[in-house]
Amino acid sequence: MDQLLAYIPAFPLLGFLILSLFGRNLPKQLIGVIGAGTVCIAALITIVVGIAFLQTTPEGGAFSQLLWSWFRVGNLSIDISLRVDALTLVFIFIITFVGALIHIYSAFFMWHDRDYARFFASMNLFVCAMLLLVMADNLVLMYLGWEGVGLCSYLLIGFWYEVPSNCRAANKAFLITRIGDTALLIGLFLLFQELGTLNIPGILQRAPDYFASGSSNIELITILLLVGGMGKSAQMPLQTWLPDAMAGPSPVSALIHAATMVTAGVYLIARMHVLFQLSPVTMAIVAIIGAITLLVAGCSALVQTDIKRILAYSTISQIGYMFLALGIGAWSAAIFHFFTHAFFKALLFLAAGVVIEALHHEHNIFMMGGLRKRMPVVFFTFLAGAAALSALPLVSAGFFSKDAILWYSWSAANGNSFLWLIALAGAFITALYSTRLMLVVFWGEMKTPIHEQPAQGMVIPLIVLAFFSVAAGFIEWPHNMVHLTLFSDHVQKVLPETVMKQGLPSEYLFQAIAAFMTFAGVYMGYMMYYGKPGVRWQQSPGLSATREFLFSGWKFDQLYQFLFVKPFVFITRINKSDVIDRMYNGIAQASLRLNSWFSISQNGSLRLYIVGVLAGILFIITLQLLL
Amino acid sequence: MVLLVATVLFTLGLIGVLTRKNVVFMLISVEIMLNAAGLAFVAAGSRWEQPDGQVMFLFILAMAAAEVSVGLALVLQIYHQHKTLDVENLKELKD
Amino acid sequence: MSTLFYISSLVAIASTIMVITRYHPVHALLFLAVSFLSVGMIFLSLGAPFVAALEVIVYAGAIIVLFIFVVMMLNLGRETAQQEKEWLKPKVWVVPSILVLILLAEMTILLFQGPDQAMQVSVVDPRKVALSLYGEYIIAVELTGFLLMAGIVGAAHIGKHQRKELHRFLQNGEEEKARQLREPESVTNEQTVLHD
Repeated sequence: MDQLLAYIPAFPLLGFLILSLFGRNLPKQLIGVIGAGTVCIAALITIVVGIAFLQTTPEGGAFSQLLWSWFRVGNLSIDISLRVDALTLVFIFIITFVGALIHIYSAFFMWHDRDYARFFASMNLFVCAMLLLVMADNLVLMYLGWEGVGLCSYLLIGFWYEVPSNCRAANKAFLITRIGDTALLIGLFLLFQELGTLNIPGILQRAPDYFASGSSNIELITILLLVGGMGKSAQMPLQTWLPDAMAGPSPVSALIHAATMVTAGVYLIARMHVLFQLSPVTMAIVAIIGAITLLVAGCSALVQTDIKRILAYSTISQIGYMFLALGIGAWSAAIFHFFTHAFFKALLFLAAGVVIEALHHEHNIFMMGGLRKRMPVVFFTFLAGAAALSALPLVSAGFFSKDAILWYSWSAANGNSFLWLIALAGAFITALYSTRLMLVVFWGEMKTPIHEQPAQGMVIPLIVLAFFSVAAGFIEWPHNMVHLTLFSDHVQKVLPETVMKQGLPSEYLFQAIAAFMTFAGVYMGYMMYYGKPGVRWQQSPGLSATREFLFSGWKFDQLYQFLFVKPFVFITRINKSDVIDRMYNGIAQASLRLNSWFSISQNGSLRLYIVGVLAGILFIITLQLLL
Repeated sequence: MVLLVATVLFTLGLIGVLTRKNVVFMLISVEIMLNAAGLAFVAAGSRWEQPDGQVMFLFILAMAAAEVSVGLALVLQIYHQHKTLDVENLKELKD
Repeated sequence: MSTLFYISSLVAIASTIMVITRYHPVHALLFLAVSFLSVGMIFLSLGAPFVAALEVIVYAGAIIVLFIFVVMMLNLGRETAQQEKEWLKPKVWVVPSILVLILLAEMTILLFQGPDQAMQVSVVDPRKVALSLYGEYIIAVELTGFLLMAGIVGAAHIGKHQRKELHRFLQNGEEEKARQLREPESVTNEQTVLHD
């Protein structure tokens, strides 16, 4: 079984190579088959590996395969080796399975695009890089995948590169995630300096003996790793790139900016959980960042009008939930939320893509409406996704994962009522904007005629994802209900169990409150948007300023413009003729001056030259005489 | 004593090169200088009773012959093109 | 021998002074021949008969003849002498003479710094020279052959009375330039005609 691991990333890589080298000359059908087929094969292999893993847990809790030695420098030896343990298995399952569905979907979605082959080449490369990221045995290989997904994200956001704003969005995403990447890289250097190894099992084994809990070294390292994760996962304050990243095609948003890449930060923290547990301060920071992010992004999602930006903000907000769960030590809850979120958010993006495509590339939700009757399949799948997003009790996967996070945010040892309240407010907001989105898009009167019905191949992935959005939650039930905790049993082979407080109130009470908040959100959305133009309350003058503030994402872009871009431009303007330049210019000036002096002597008079020679001879002979 | 004669001849040739403006005269002066150098070589060879001084003189001779032939050909060409032999006017290589 | 040396040295120096002060090229060349011959006498007095013979044949013969050819070809006669007279004003001599005299003084000092040795004359016969020339200096001799060859070819090439032949890329441009130069001239001619 170990030998199969390499084929999982190898097939998408093969697809990438074929499509990037020969993609121009292949017929479209073949491109689609190669692009989607390679990922499907990877998904099948993953399922085979997963079944083998679940039947008999391998020695040491992981499959591993050493491919070849990458490089050796001094006592640092980096191998290209893959390792699949319980945590990785969840991720590769999501990447390949959801990835395969999205690839099938995009084979139809992108059919009319000119650069069909380029799209699939980038997507395949992305899947390969993402698989490397999660399957890497050492942090250097993981960093390779980390940069690889960043690159693919950049390529795909700027996929329609003729539009300048798309290129700007791609640059923004690349630059902001680069801040995080740099921090991550420094963190890796420090880690190597301290522990002398970058092998993940080695680090996890050696760290508890080496670092004292809460020592400044470990806190610095974990904070740097956290900044890296924040950049990739679009957490405060590095979240501003994700809403703009929606400039890419919808399947890209679904795969990269909802299901997989943006959760790389979650993976990183979960993978390095031993280090983070040694550093309580960083854990608290993770939780606080997650809490703030989920609230801020949720508020922004409330007022957006672009359907994809709503979903983007909600993605930020949901990843905020994951960070919150990580921060309070509810490791399995965070991974479980990632698991369900990947399904329903991918579903929502794909369905949004269908809607946008059907309405002549209309992004504004207030120009939609009345699609419930016209596109019933899309409506029901979207409904399943929105229900999961707003965590409707018992009938959606989102409930099980989000409820677990809400419960742990109070009851875990690191949790407190403050975090719980924020998470609860977030749940309310989530329900509210989900309802708003559903009502505005699918109810009411139709404002834009439907251009075309989605192809069959696009609907099937939607239905599969909708099924999982409802059913994925059933493998992990709250403790007080059905005693079925398959998922946490699985993940806890790697991740530690959540430490609980003593003397807690009944879990039923919390579930009831959470469910009540969800319904309250839904009801409030219903009151505000059902059967009304919906925009009326937003037009009152007092609220429009607030709305404007939220709409621009809490003015973070403007803040950064003011804090970083403006001073930078100012400094560069001052520094345009800087000292160093002046030095080089001075050299040039001096040589020009010397040239003009010497060129006087270059006057073409032969006799003067001979006098010069004679003077030289005299000088040397005089020197000899004198010395 | 021979070397003193050679030195005097050499300096006389140098004066010729420096003062004359006519290219032909300059070439003549250069010949004088070369001859003086050869004289010094022969004197040294004679002093040490070795044939090397004379051998060197032979080489200088050959060199002078080649130099004069090329130099005079250049003089001809210069005269054809510029109608003058004044070195002060031949300043085409000037910066 | 010593007397011969002194006499010929004096003649050499005197005739060389005459060379560099003559205005007429042919006069200068005649004095140059005298100078070469006297240097040949010095060689003889130093015990180098082979070199003395070469000096007479090559310097006084071949090189002087070359110079005379050139003087003939360029037709350098009285006008040149007149011109030289104009060029060689006394003030022209001052600075070079001072410089060169300094050089002479320094070299003389250097010469007499070493241990003073009486001039001794020993004959180095042509046989020794020939053995050395074709023994240890054989490569230098061959290189000298190359040098002479290059000198001959170069002189023949440079001295060729060539027409102005331009590269074919340049020809057009040159013709146009020539035409451009010519046209205004013709116009001015016409104008002058009109004015007349």
